[in-house]
Amino acid sequence: MTEAPARLVAVPVRHYGRWISAVLVLTALAAVVYAFSRAAIDYGTTRRFLTADVIVSGAWHTLLISVLAQAMGIALGVVFAVMRLSKNPVNTSVSWFYIWLFRGTPVLVQLLIWYNLALVFPTMFGHPTSDVMTPFLAALLGLGINEGAYMAEIVRAGIGSVDDGQTEAAHSLGLTPGQTLRRVVLPQAMRVIIPPTGNEFINMLKTSSLAFTIQYAELLNGAVRVYTNNLQVIELLFTVSIWYLLLTSVFSFGQYFLERRFARGAQRELPATPLSRLVANLRTRPRA
Amino acid sequence: MSTPMVLAEQVHKSFGRLEVLKGIDLEVQRGEVMCLLGPSGSGKSTFLRCINHLEKIDAGRLSVDGHLVGYREAHGKLHELKEKETAKARSEIGMVFQRFNLFPHMTALGNVVEAPVLVCRKSRAEAEEAARTLLDRVGLADKVDAYPAQLSGGQQQRVAIARALAMEPKLMLFDEPTSALDPELVGDVLDVMRGLANEHQITMIVVTHEIGFAREVADTVVFMDGGVVVEAGEPEQVLTRPREERTRSFLGKVL
Ligand SMILES: Nc1ncnc2c1ncn2[C@@H]1O[C@H](COP(=O)(O)OP(=O)(O)OP(=O)(O)O)[C@@H](O)[C@H]1O
Ligand SMILES: [Mg+2]
Repeated sequence: MTEAPARLVAVPVRHYGRWISAVLVLTALAAVVYAFSRAAIDYGTTRRFLTADVIVSGAWHTLLISVLAQAMGIALGVVFAVMRLSKNPVNTSVSWFYIWLFRGTPVLVQLLIWYNLALVFPTMFGHPTSDVMTPFLAALLGLGINEGAYMAEIVRAGIGSVDDGQTEAAHSLGLTPGQTLRRVVLPQAMRVIIPPTGNEFINMLKTSSLAFTIQYAELLNGAVRVYTNNLQVIELLFTVSIWYLLLTSVFSFGQYFLERRFARGAQRELPATPLSRLVANLRTRPRA
Repeated sequence: MSTPMVLAEQVHKSFGRLEVLKGIDLEVQRGEVMCLLGPSGSGKSTFLRCINHLEKIDAGRLSVDGHLVGYREAHGKLHELKEKETAKARSEIGMVFQRFNLFPHMTALGNVVEAPVLVCRKSRAEAEEAARTLLDRVGLADKVDAYPAQLSGGQQQRVAIARALAMEPKLMLFDEPTSALDPELVGDVLDVMRGLANEHQITMIVVTHEIGFAREVADTVVFMDGGVVVEAGEPEQVLTRPREERTRSFLGKVL
């Protein structure tokens, strides 16, 4: 039996800079908190409206339109990315034009155009346009089609990140180009596609607030309707901010686990979750 | 005599202005093992890729098992094959790459099962049973559920061979299957290939720098240089008594 070597004992490096910056940050933070606590804000109202019907249903609509528009964006993104990479010049030009048009104009303008189509097309499919192009549909099309242009670039980068040898191997086994894309290339591209898509979705949760301008009853729209009555503007804006933070936090957390899931095969072992890392840290921490 | 498995007549291939194949004439018989030697850049990989429809040839005729590669001949005219037809033709030819090219998001079993299920429409259960037998044959019965990143290079290459065999190909193409491997792992892969040649009589074209393997297993050894076949013949003749000066100097360098 060999004896275990003695554990090294060393004086750790002192990080004075960290302490100084921490103090500065905390002081600034305290000043801001103090200012807001003295301001003429009725925090009771902020809290009370967190669970008001109009706000909760607004949060639900924010979530609904974000999920649907993001799903539409992902679907369009895959289609246009594949078109962009195809050998057919018609496909590549159509895709290029789509991305150019929808990335090149503000999404708020696009939303307003969809919503106001009734001005130029009084009827659509035999119905009055104002019946067809509801705020919901206008918001979905505006946000979803705009998102598709961004997703197309993300998916294209993802597909480009997959080694050509993979396509070659799949082809040599007799897989058709479509099967190769679905079974071999896209699953591997996911690892590159998912992190920015998560960011896109979190952006979507917030960008969907623009739909308040076209009367879609999402969170901000609910808040605006309340504060035009009671004039407690900042209180209500704080209420929806809390809701937005809640939604974005939940989905940031979800994104983390999705990324882990798609890291499979790329690394020998899955990376540790923050929880398992914490547990491991506590276990191995030497007792002083 | 039956139709040869591979018949190349004056095959030409260029990439832009670079002419890589300058008139290849070759014949591979059924059950034959052909080893292809040659310096880097001589067009060995390109030729294999042409046989497997991964590249289009510019001139000449190339056929596998009596069928033209990439074209259909009707009424004296050549018609390009459709995507589906090309995929079908490729599914009958197995290919093993220098860098393995396993699908990293699938287990060893998943890699082997994929094509039989997708291309041959086999049931998953049936394909898995066949895949287990194949993985056992290449000595990896215990690695069925491992992902490629958890396997050594030699193990990955053996999975890749099993994956190609799962399609029951009539022809196997190997493009330097052992050159990316650590020396001590080369033997396992060569053993598997030797088994395929001796016990299963699979027609194989092997691009390799393993002269010992070529001498022992090949029926024919072909030496390529500068996009042409310089010399072809029995291993004994080409490897020990080469007729051409170029062959001699190449062998002098690799031996
Ligand atoms: N897709 C391509 N586009 C352009 N040039 C190519 C392409 N593929 C191969 N080449 C060129 O063709 C020539 C022959 O390449 P090939 O890969 O067939 O050689 P090789 O004999 O397999 O060499 P090695 O032993 O290094 O693998 C090289 O000069 C290479 O740069
Ligand atoms: Mg090569």
